[in-house]
Amino acid sequence: MTQTTGSVRFEGVVKKYGAVTALKKLDLSIDPGKLVTLLGPSGCGKTTTLRLIAGLEMATEGSIHIGGEDVTHLTATYRKVSMVFQSYALFPHMTVRENVAYGLTVKSIPKAEAAQEADDGLELVGLAGFGDRLPSELSGGQQQRVAVARAIVLEPEVLLLDEPLSNLDAKLRRHVREEIRQIQQRLGLTAVYVTHDQEEAMAVSDNIIVMNNAEIAQIGTPGDLYEAPNSAFIADFIGDANLVPCEVEATTNKVATAMLNGQKLNVPSNGTHKGAAQMVLRPHALKLTAPGTSGLVGQISYAAYLGKEMQYTVDTPVGSLFIIAPVQANPFAQGDSVSVGIIEEQARLVSG
Amino acid sequence: MKKTVLFWLILGLFGFVCLPWHMTDGGILDARWVTDGTASTGLFASIAGQWWLTPVGLTLLGALIIQLSVIDPVRRARLTLGTSVFGLVLLAVQGLVIVRAGPRILETLLTSETILAGQPGMGAGAAVCALALLFSSTISISQSGKGQGDAFVVNTIGLIVALVAIFVFFPVIHILVRAFEVDGGYALTEFFPRFFSSDIWGLGCLIRDRSCGVAINSLFLAVMTGAGTTLLGLSFALIFTRTDFRAKTVLRILTVLPIITPPFVIGLALILLFGRAGTVTEFFADLLGWEATRWLYGFWGIYFAQLLSFTPIAFLVLIGVVQGVSPSMEEASQTLDADRWQTFRFVSLPLMRPGLANAFLLGFIESLADFGNPLVLGSGYNVLSTDIYFAIVGAVADPAKAAILAIALLTLTLSAFMAQRIWLGKKSYATITGKADSGQNASLNPVLKWVCYGTALPWAALTVVVYSMIIFGSFVKLWGYNHSFTLDHYIRAFGIDFTTGRWTGVAWDSYFTTLTISSVAAPLTAVVGLSTAYLLVRQKFVGKDAFEFSTMLSFAIPGTVIGVSYIMAFNFPPIELTGTSIILIIVFVFRNMPVGVRGGIAAMSQLDKSLDEASITLGANSFTTVRRVILPLMGPAILAALTYSFVRAITSVSAVIFLVSAKHNMATSFIVGRVENGEFGLAIAYSAVLIITMLAAILILQLLVGTRRLRRSDRVQQA
Repeated sequence: MTQTTGSVRFEGVVKKYGAVTALKKLDLSIDPGKLVTLLGPSGCGKTTTLRLIAGLEMATEGSIHIGGEDVTHLTATYRKVSMVFQSYALFPHMTVRENVAYGLTVKSIPKAEAAQEADDGLELVGLAGFGDRLPSELSGGQQQRVAVARAIVLEPEVLLLDEPLSNLDAKLRRHVREEIRQIQQRLGLTAVYVTHDQEEAMAVSDNIIVMNNAEIAQIGTPGDLYEAPNSAFIADFIGDANLVPCEVEATTNKVATAMLNGQKLNVPSNGTHKGAAQMVLRPHALKLTAPGTSGLVGQISYAAYLGKEMQYTVDTPVGSLFIIAPVQANPFAQGDSVSVGIIEEQARLVSG
Repeated sequence: MKKTVLFWLILGLFGFVCLPWHMTDGGILDARWVTDGTASTGLFASIAGQWWLTPVGLTLLGALIIQLSVIDPVRRARLTLGTSVFGLVLLAVQGLVIVRAGPRILETLLTSETILAGQPGMGAGAAVCALALLFSSTISISQSGKGQGDAFVVNTIGLIVALVAIFVFFPVIHILVRAFEVDGGYALTEFFPRFFSSDIWGLGCLIRDRSCGVAINSLFLAVMTGAGTTLLGLSFALIFTRTDFRAKTVLRILTVLPIITPPFVIGLALILLFGRAGTVTEFFADLLGWEATRWLYGFWGIYFAQLLSFTPIAFLVLIGVVQGVSPSMEEASQTLDADRWQTFRFVSLPLMRPGLANAFLLGFIESLADFGNPLVLGSGYNVLSTDIYFAIVGAVADPAKAAILAIALLTLTLSAFMAQRIWLGKKSYATITGKADSGQNASLNPVLKWVCYGTALPWAALTVVVYSMIIFGSFVKLWGYNHSFTLDHYIRAFGIDFTTGRWTGVAWDSYFTTLTISSVAAPLTAVVGLSTAYLLVRQKFVGKDAFEFSTMLSFAIPGTVIGVSYIMAFNFPPIELTGTSIILIIVFVFRNMPVGVRGGIAAMSQLDKSLDEASITLGANSFTTVRRVILPLMGPAILAALTYSFVRAITSVSAVIFLVSAKHNMATSFIVGRVENGEFGLAIAYSAVLIITMLAAILILQLLVGTRRLRRSDRVQQA
């Protein structure tokens, strides 16, 4: 590796709490300067992974390397990482400036210098002039930014963020996540970001690590995960998807032939093998037409007008399908019979 | 990290070479040992023939050499650990084996002349060596594993474990050993007949006109007191939360007063009221021609005094429980057409059950441990706590009997303590949820309300009378005979001769000793209690449950038992502390520690753990985190721990009465002495001064913490 500062590597890391395995054998590599998201449902091990990087938990087995250095047995105090907590964890008895300068002063940097650096940090997050306030006098979004400033003034090799937006309201959330992303890119920091919100993950990440049941389900860019899910879990978790059982009859490099309800479809092979499989049909990959044309026969059980688009739920022989269609002059209504067409190049196959 | 170990090892060697190993006559600061010619430091004593000290010095030196020569850090840490632990063991063994008197381990095997010659108790040099070896072990532990250990945490654990072992377990073990003692040796067979004798466990009072065993007496009293205080406490709690009673503040003050009252003062006031020459007794004697009897000096007197003393404790437990019953449950019951009595009987009361059990067990333990009231009132009714005292100080001193009685008492309190833990550990009736509860608690059914008024208010009135008596009694010439106003008692106790500037009062000595010792003990108690709480709440380590249990244990050991065990354990080398002020400080620290631990745990549980973690990921170590983040946020808990331990140190009498000496007399034991001489006026005047002193101290402590908070809010306003 040419540049190791800021890289994170897990080699066979296992974490157990007594009899409970919080993390099965985990291998993982994060490149410097990237923002990587740990995404997954609650209890999947994403926070444990983050705390293992921080040194707040110690690995039961395996080794952890940060910046090419083995830090497996170093506690949090001695690792060059800093963390933004879900609850912000701002010290309520210190001013904003004292909070931001805290990490510097414990390293015995002179007070004046630390205060100067803290003010620079506050300016970076757009809070210049707020140094003398107490955290309780700031809004949620401002507290969040103080927490970020406090973490980055230490110039950590890796910045860890544990569900940093979960205490903010929806509108603020989008704004703050953009700011976090911008700061991360401007400083070229390696960042590891934990969230359970797939939209948030897609919006900020270079790479997403999806976790499920204490192990990694898939790693990839947001596009990879959406376009080429490797399992039904990923397909369902990243974006909306209809999963329909099918039978793969033949595969070539690029195209697989699959039988779905007696209909032969040629879809991208996505590395699947012959045999039972599931077809991932995104709501946009399905087309509704008047009955009679080729496709699945179905009946609209629910129709909703959302302004920019229509949402339908259609009962078909393969199950009920969720479909998004552009608004038309004469939208279908509940009870209408329809034909559901599958746009073959947008369908994906995952193993059954 | 390596530097810290080096520091301790070098300090240890310094202690070995330059400080007197054994106790010197003049105390720590006396420097006469330097010049008086005896070979006193560890090194010189070793050379002069006390060969058994040499290995301790060698282990220190060995550990130092290992630190400097071994390069691999894990190997270095492990070797240092082994050497240091070996040194500690050697130090302890030589101290326990080579003693002149008192219980000696391996007594029959080791009878050589050197051993029988003995040595004085350990002194500054030994203490420094032990501390150095302990810390070099704990720091090495933190480095020898997978590096998970934080030296500060491991050091604190090590230190607290060592202190609890020396000052709680070591003395208790001494009692156990003593109980097996017979003339000139030890016998297992003698113990059981003596332990189960009818003097202790006899049930004679049930069948014939004889008195019961002393343990049965104690047990009966404790059950009665537990039940009585729980009922009274419940009445108070219900009046406080479920009625519109006007004078709630007055009630509140009344319930707090007994906490700052020395334990025997209530008994004393009762004597003044209901004793043979008491006001009430004489009033009825004149009115109805009743003959004055000594009924107060027995079961009823003690029971009366204990009810007055311990009801506040039950109240404080129960008010939380009664308030904790969620109003929405009571409202739900009422919307289901239950009336107020049914709601109370079938919903509220069952929800309070664990709280009631807790209050009962606390009253039970307090009654068993109570020493002051039985001492003053109990001439006709023997209980364990006072019998232990008389077995030690009585005409026929019988330490073995004291030890056996102490074991009986310990068995009872520990059983109650265990029962409480098991009971409360299993049941969860938590009704306080995260959701904000609105709604109102159901008010009491009228009959129940008047039952509560009927029990609680007379009690409150009696408390008022008792305290008025304390004030009144201190200003009259001779209670019951001559009620003319006088300041004589105060002048005798606290007189100052202004012409010569001398403090002529007889009470000054013990008053200042009490204040000094309490003010030294209070912060130490807070430190030990709060650091233990920190370890229990915030750190994970092997054996945490056992650690918690052992730190809470001293709460279940009655003061009398502690007192007896301390004189048995610390009257002889290796640790010879009786007669010093240090032993008084130590006894307060370890008696009151559990309360500091409980308070600290409660306060720390409310601090979000992410605050610590934030500090640690920002590069601070645990020590910095504690100092800069946790401590500043724990103000109220620290205040509570300080206040409580200060007050308890002043009011405590049971353990203290064994440990005071002519030089270091405490206020309470001084007062007990006056009571035994019949000088009630002086005793009461002194008690009143103590109560006022404690009130002042509490106010000052509260102001100190209060101003700090004010300053912070000033800053808020400027911003």
